[in-house]
Amino acid sequence: MDMNSFSPMMPTSPLSMINQIKFEDESDLKDLFITVDEPESHVTTIETFITYRIITKTSRGEFDSSEFEVRRRYQDFLWLKGKLEEAHPTLIIPPLPEKFIVKGMVERFNDDFIETRRKALHKFLNRIADHPTLTFNEDFKIFLTAQAWELSSHKKQGPGLLSRMGQTVRAVASSMRGVKNRPEEFMEMNNFIELFSQKINLIDKISQRIYKEEREYFDEMKEYGPIHILWSASEEDLVDTLKDVASCIDRCCKATEKRMSGLSEALLPVVHEYVLYSEMLMGVMKRRDQIQAELDSKVEALTYKKADTDLLPEEIGKLEDKVECANNALKADWERWKQNMQNDIKLAFTDMAEENIHYYEQCLATWESFLTSQTNLHLEEASEDKP
Amino acid sequence: MYETCVVLFLFRSVEHTDGQSVLTDSLWRRYSEFELLRSYLLVYYPHIVVPPLPEKRAEFVWHKLSADNMDPDFVERRRIGLENFLLRIASHPILCRDKIFYLFLTQVFFFYLADSRLKALNATFRVKNPDKRFTDLKHYSDELQSVISHLLRVRARVADRLYGVYKVHGNYGRVFSEWSAIEKEMGDGLQSAGHHMDVYASSIDDILEDEEHYADQLKEYLFYAEALRAVCRKHELMQYDLEMAAQDLASKKQQCEELVTGTVRTFSLKGMTTKLFGQETPEQREARIKVLEEQINEGEQQLKSKNLEGREFVKNAWADIERFKEQKNRDLKEALISYAVMQISMCKKGIQVWTNAKECFSKM
Repeated sequence: MDMNSFSPMMPTSPLSMINQIKFEDESDLKDLFITVDEPESHVTTIETFITYRIITKTSRGEFDSSEFEVRRRYQDFLWLKGKLEEAHPTLIIPPLPEKFIVKGMVERFNDDFIETRRKALHKFLNRIADHPTLTFNEDFKIFLTAQAWELSSHKKQGPGLLSRMGQTVRAVASSMRGVKNRPEEFMEMNNFIELFSQKINLIDKISQRIYKEEREYFDEMKEYGPIHILWSASEEDLVDTLKDVASCIDRCCKATEKRMSGLSEALLPVVHEYVLYSEMLMGVMKRRDQIQAELDSKVEALTYKKADTDLLPEEIGKLEDKVECANNALKADWERWKQNMQNDIKLAFTDMAEENIHYYEQCLATWESFLTSQTNLHLEEASEDKP
Repeated sequence: MYETCVVLFLFRSVEHTDGQSVLTDSLWRRYSEFELLRSYLLVYYPHIVVPPLPEKRAEFVWHKLSADNMDPDFVERRRIGLENFLLRIASHPILCRDKIFYLFLTQVFFFYLADSRLKALNATFRVKNPDKRFTDLKHYSDELQSVISHLLRVRARVADRLYGVYKVHGNYGRVFSEWSAIEKEMGDGLQSAGHHMDVYASSIDDILEDEEHYADQLKEYLFYAEALRAVCRKHELMQYDLEMAAQDLASKKQQCEELVTGTVRTFSLKGMTTKLFGQETPEQREARIKVLEEQINEGEQQLKSKNLEGREFVKNAWADIERFKEQKNRDLKEALISYAVMQISMCKKGIQVWTNAKECFSKM
């Protein structure tokens, strides 16, 4: 696949390509195109790691050039995500693929793992680029454009690890208070997120299981066809019929393989991304609750005259603004996220249905032509028998 | 030990060669009685490829299908197999006239004592001049048995996997339904799509049930391979018998010649005792020659009739084998075509379900 092309999303199935074309019609709105490709292994004395090439093409004025090419490793993506969460605590930041996959991982960097990760990283950056707010984030711009040494020095600025950890601890503690005063709409949102998370996790497991079963079915089918060829060696009168059956089975086998790859390209990554999204959403809820808790604690202090009350009203005013901003940001982003989720899920499942229809249509055609050839043969033989 | 009894309802007229028709009504038979009938046919029609019985125990089972002999599906398939066995005999030009077969269909008490000839079928022996046609046939029957066994084994594994694929989709149904409860716009689409996933998952049961019948058709020919081998063995037995008789005759002729000419080339007990205890009298020798000459005559008669018997057997056996070959080609071709028909039906069902599901998804 030519990753240098001006494509915001990777073409997967026919249906998603149609969607992509529609998207590109709105390309007069889109001015930032990013691709992630060419994973490369780097070996140092301390460690081995993979870097990915990131190509950015843009017409935006704030960028110094119209094309950039950089190399980034997973750690860099983690850094970017952290910075975005910091800057926009109640926006729904796109999820990153997991650091490790526990089950069935023998070698950390096997090809399938790298490819899956690369696709997910590509998606991650493009989702940020499509987000009305996040796309203008300064760290995002640096991530896309800075050379390796520039990025490391930039990373060193900003709050250190310890202070960030401290923030997290305080966040957890105070978010518990925030839950009590959570407005109704956010209660609803939270309920949705909890249930959605449950369901999408189940769907993820089911989809993975289907892939596994299809793979095992494919493995057995591969053996099934050739037996008929073997048989035809000892049957003079049934040679053609047996060979035809064998070739039908082989063709169905290939169709199964195609169905499997369709599943793994269209459905599985989408479902899995939403599993990660659901975790992300729970984090967003916590952060919102924490911001509210900050306000609530100050209000409490004022009410019960716990601390120095002179500066409190001003602080409270600032925090009230902060809470309002955070809530509004989340509400807007929530609507946007839900819309995207619906589209993505709808597309992914429609694709899966399409793959299955195509699979059965192919197999049907194969067996029907076999049947036709057999009945034609029969008619031929019958007419031969007539004197 | 109890076996399930198989009920046969035989509403058929049995026509004899004298044109007499008899209508029989229902009669109970168990599997072991069918085995007796078949043993009898094997012995009395050595040159016929005797139709095989369906399997006694369920083999080549894919895991969801019950391996239990009392399982109703297995019993039903066995019933069909036994019915098929009787129909095969009834449609065989020679076997259908058999009196014991008639008794099997009509008399309540049926038993047949195993013949010593049956035991002979399982003996091993070496034949000096095997008939190439029968050797080839034995070779073919070995190949047939091996390839069909292999095919049935893999088919069972494929069925197992296919079952898995279909059934896991059923899990979507439940989860979609639960998810639809929290979705406003997507809810209806999810719910109805879930229903179609359930339909898809449950469709596999009938599909695999049908395929089991196909497997049974193949199994019949797996067991027919054994019947072919039985004919070959019988032929070998006859051949062996013939060779032994010829050998015996040759040695007697040899002995006779030696006595007449006075030379002793062959080792015999009589020769030894003669050496030890002295020569026999001319009268004694004459007597022995006479006995031998009688035996030689008898032996020659026997050899002649055995040869005739052998040629008859080969002629009849080969006629039945030709008949069998045509039957086999017809039946196997039909079975393979029916397999294709089953696949077509499965595909059509699949297309329908997924088209419906796709519509639901696109409305989400």
